[in-house]
Amino acid sequence: MYGLEMAKGLLVTLKNFTKKPFTVQYPEQRVRQHPRFRGEEFSWYEERCTGCASCAKYCPLGIIKIVTSPSETAPQQGDKYRLEVFDIELQRCMFCGLCVEACPYDALFMGSGFEQGKYSRKDMVIHIDQLREAEKRPSTWFRPQLESANYEPGRGRPLGWQEVGRESWRWHQREKAGLRLTEPPDNRAASPEEAP
Amino acid sequence: MSCQLTPDNILYDNGLFRVVNDLAGMVLPCWLSYVIAGLVIMLILVNGVLLGAAAVTWMERRLLGRFQNRVGPNRWGPFGLLQPLADLAKLITKEDLIPDGADRIAFTLVPIAMMLPLLLMTAVIPFARNTALANLNVGVLFLLAVSSVSTLAIFMAGWSSNNRYAMFGAARAVAVLISYEVPVVLSLLGVVMVAGTMSLMGIVEAQSVIFLLVQPLAMFVFMAGMSAELNRTPFDLAEAESEIIAGYHTEYSGAKFALIQAAEFGGVLVVSGIIATLFLGGWAGPLPDYLGWLWFLLKTMVVVFLFIWIRATYPRLRIDQIMAFSWKFLLPLSLVNLLAVSLEVFFLRSEEGVLSTGDLWIMAAINIPVGLACIALFGNSIRQKVVVGVAQPATRVVPGVPTIEVR
Repeated sequence: MYGLEMAKGLLVTLKNFTKKPFTVQYPEQRVRQHPRFRGEEFSWYEERCTGCASCAKYCPLGIIKIVTSPSETAPQQGDKYRLEVFDIELQRCMFCGLCVEACPYDALFMGSGFEQGKYSRKDMVIHIDQLREAEKRPSTWFRPQLESANYEPGRGRPLGWQEVGRESWRWHQREKAGLRLTEPPDNRAASPEEAP
Repeated sequence: MSCQLTPDNILYDNGLFRVVNDLAGMVLPCWLSYVIAGLVIMLILVNGVLLGAAAVTWMERRLLGRFQNRVGPNRWGPFGLLQPLADLAKLITKEDLIPDGADRIAFTLVPIAMMLPLLLMTAVIPFARNTALANLNVGVLFLLAVSSVSTLAIFMAGWSSNNRYAMFGAARAVAVLISYEVPVVLSLLGVVMVAGTMSLMGIVEAQSVIFLLVQPLAMFVFMAGMSAELNRTPFDLAEAESEIIAGYHTEYSGAKFALIQAAEFGGVLVVSGIIATLFLGGWAGPLPDYLGWLWFLLKTMVVVFLFIWIRATYPRLRIDQIMAFSWKFLLPLSLVNLLAVSLEVFFLRSEEGVLSTGDLWIMAAINIPVGLACIALFGNSIRQKVVVGVAQPATRVVPGVPTIEVR
């Protein structure tokens, strides 16, 4: 019968009318963010960074600019260069994450932010001071140690540099100490019981 | 002073008009008091229709949102109630373009010509007992005559825009509107025949049984025809976004576009009011007479909801389907309704030609099954036959035209 299908169609829409809307009212309500979300605001831990510039080398777009100089105070902290410039030009970044994959010391992480709309292109460049001061909620992308700890960047607390490494930070410190050329060798055996 | 209205004036039944006229007539000359009273009523009606149109846009967007499992506009004001204001502010601040080669006078007149029939139609709708602007004794005829003016406005818009899409839209609109005029008029004939009067107040008073039950076919035909005249989905091919940019109002922008949109949504409101008056009993209801406007508003909103519901459900029809729907489906239905109603009125009416409530119930008992049977019967005539078979490649070869063989 011809009219029956028309009436059925009306019933279908009426059924949908009574359902709850799917809409998430974004600024007030948010959906759960996936922990491996690759976002803006790279989380960078200066304490872990050696200034090796692997990230800059691996970046397919060449948008990371790192300038280092040998540090005067560095020998006390490790074999470190002092970082003078760490610029990431986000306007061309495609968030492939190769810089994070390349980082040998787990110093650079993808961030979890996505609300970085800017009014000018100049503001799209992240400078070293912004990286230092940013609240660090690293994404668990390519960082299995964070993922196995069930860290959720969307709702968890910001992490400090000691917590994000692949190894315990003491091991890391000692490993770096082993490479130190200016330190006396007996410093190396300071805590042998902490070997992994 | 003798500025009192005489009972033979068509505005005599309007209480507000009479009060304002009589009060102003105590200090002012008669012609001035008459004009002032008219302006007061006009102010109320025009603002009421425009505010109602704004409310209908809000309702339409919210309800469509809910029909599609969305929320709809909800940012500006409680429940997004101030959204029409935001739309208006946006549209008024836009540039008011008149395209090159447009007929400037006709182009500028169009928004006014679209608004005009709408406001005129509100003049005869009774909001409560004895509260229409004018109790015309040819109210139904007036409605039909005035509502056809919008066709002219649409064609003016299409012609004066100097734009082929606008012209396409206008041509489609005229084709649709002229063919839908016929079933609409015929369906109203049945209503007038049962009520025995063309005055809308008289029709409301004649509905001891609402005419939706007495002649469901007339309501069906009138509603379908009116949604075609209002260019609403599923009959909105005059402004089909996916085919011809926006149809007849392609070239309109700014305040003119705002007025055209207001006329479109105000049309929904006014037509819903007419349907509520003609078929749902208007202001008559269980509430006392001074609350008749509330009852009328409720019925109007129900019809508005029905329009939005239909819009949310059905896809747009092709032009041949629309023509078939009008000429093969609605026209026979309205003729059957007319025949049935005239036979019933002929046999049931008393010596003085009056139908009692019992007669109306008998008519309802006959007309509802007849209506359902007719919809099923004539529905088959516009059903698209699906031919199952293997498609054959074209064999006719036109000389000079390269053929593409499909395997």
